[in-house]
Amino acid sequence: MPAEFWYGVEVLLNGLMAGVMYSLVALGFVLIFKASGIFNYAQGVMALFAAQTLVGIQTGQIPFAHIINVVLGTDVHHFGWHVPALLGLVLALVVMIVFAILVEKLVLKHLVNQEPIILFMATIGLAYFMEGFGELMWGADVKRIEIGLPQGGNAWVEENTAFLGGEDFYGFYLDTLDIVATLIAVALVTSLVLFSQYTKTGRALRAVADDHQAALSVGISLRTIWVIVWSIAGFVALVAGVMWGAKSGVQFSLSLIALKALPVLMLGGFTSIPGAIIGGLIIGVGEKMFEFLIGAPFLGGATENWFAYMLALIFLIFRPQGLFGEKIIERV
Amino acid sequence: MTHPVMQEDTYTTPDGRKIGGVVMEMKNITLRFGGVTAIKDISFDIREGEVRAIIGPNGAGKSSMLNVINGFYHPQEGEVWFRGEKRGPMKPYQIARQGIARTFQNIALFKGMSTLDNIMTGRLIHMNTSIASQAFWKGPAESEEIANRERVEKIIDFLEIQTIRKTPVGSLPYGLQKRVELGRALASDPSLLLLDEPMAGMNVEEKEDMSRFILDVNDEFGTTIALIEHDMGVVMDISDRVVVMDYGAKIGDGTPDEVRKNEKVIAAYLGVAHD
Repeated sequence: MPAEFWYGVEVLLNGLMAGVMYSLVALGFVLIFKASGIFNYAQGVMALFAAQTLVGIQTGQIPFAHIINVVLGTDVHHFGWHVPALLGLVLALVVMIVFAILVEKLVLKHLVNQEPIILFMATIGLAYFMEGFGELMWGADVKRIEIGLPQGGNAWVEENTAFLGGEDFYGFYLDTLDIVATLIAVALVTSLVLFSQYTKTGRALRAVADDHQAALSVGISLRTIWVIVWSIAGFVALVAGVMWGAKSGVQFSLSLIALKALPVLMLGGFTSIPGAIIGGLIIGVGEKMFEFLIGAPFLGGATENWFAYMLALIFLIFRPQGLFGEKIIERV
Repeated sequence: MTHPVMQEDTYTTPDGRKIGGVVMEMKNITLRFGGVTAIKDISFDIREGEVRAIIGPNGAGKSSMLNVINGFYHPQEGEVWFRGEKRGPMKPYQIARQGIARTFQNIALFKGMSTLDNIMTGRLIHMNTSIASQAFWKGPAESEEIANRERVEKIIDFLEIQTIRKTPVGSLPYGLQKRVELGRALASDPSLLLLDEPMAGMNVEEKEDMSRFILDVNDEFGTTIALIEHDMGVVMDISDRVVVMDYGAKIGDGTPDEVRKNEKVIAAYLGVAHD
């Protein structure tokens, strides 16, 4: 095999790893959409907020330090302690669960049985509120996540794959962070699927996703389920926020990863967890391979920015319900 | 001859079942949707262990009445008494947890889930382990799962649906879906079972099967059953007492024989003009 072939395989592997991350973000959308029919525009901002909160807690930042200083005329910024990574993650998760409870109590509860578009608008409001709230609480500066995730190319993989190609091939260059992120995402997705299949709460989640009235009739409280679903979505947002934040820093652009999830959802269908996974992989591999094979050589590159949306558009035309979505049949 | 129900607290049916005291009492229920009155000042009771039918032509308000009993609708006037207590404003899921289960006219199963999973959801109100314990699965969550699974297997045997245990219910034929839905309601071990047109859309054979299951549930588990039908024939054979509704009002109440002779009921069903 020529070296070009193995570089192609390297692109494919990178595509798969990027795809797993897209799946992770898309999964947050699917969970909420299935359980409550809400397209949660705030999912991306939730990832940003979760990452900000993790960094804030870890570095011992005082929340709302700016307001406190203005009102009390003080000049405080830090508690002066440093929280270990694992404890920081647990505390950040607690914050996301509290957030889920507040969303249910303050927003969703009052919008039961409203049109989907109204709920969608509510999540847009929620997104901008959270964005401002997050900055007010932790500051707007770009932050670095330090929870001991490895960075840089993985030497081991590179050395042990060099033999595959000829003299021109030096082994696969894969980012260690990407590898770790992929493993974590795979573990998370697997455990979520197992949880929803084999536990009573998972069964209740699926029941609510299927039929609200029937779920009520067997004694399931919709409000409890919504809190659980938003908590899980918060957990997924935390993981996604940490992974993407570790790559590119915790800053506003992190919230835009939600936009990357849109084409994944159109491909996989809004209601399917396997769809989110497969859709993410197709987009991840598709955009990397397209860039490698067609974009860079013939189109001047930078096709990764739009390829996913193009693919989604084509899918929408031929299969509007997505690969795994429920077929939309309405009686005339 | 007056029926014994009206006089004594308990009585025995001709086929030897014991009917107990009043479990649920509807007092002067009125339900309005905007300007439309779906239920007009209706009162009736349901006794422990009986099969109680609510019949009436389409649009008579039968389904609305069932929705009042299980809490989907809240009547503007009137009181609902359950087990000797006046019921406050309760959510449907709270009522389900009190032991009132139901099926739906248009089948409301969880279509993407298997028969087994659907019936397992009926056990939810009897499962109490925390989410954290479920996440680890081993220990209490596992034994709870196994115990409830055993109960569900009994119901699957009872309803003779062993072969479709793992089939997603969305792909089952209509009659079997109705049976799975009955199974899900039964799984919660209800003390009061509400059936919304259990035989609607069924062929004769399926209707006979369903009648048999309803009578068996009542007989073997002692479950009190309230059912709605607009097909009078089947209902008269399996019910102990029948309420007849027409245009939201109660026009008859009594044993099948009494109801059959009631002139208002005959008029409502056959459209006979009074002179």
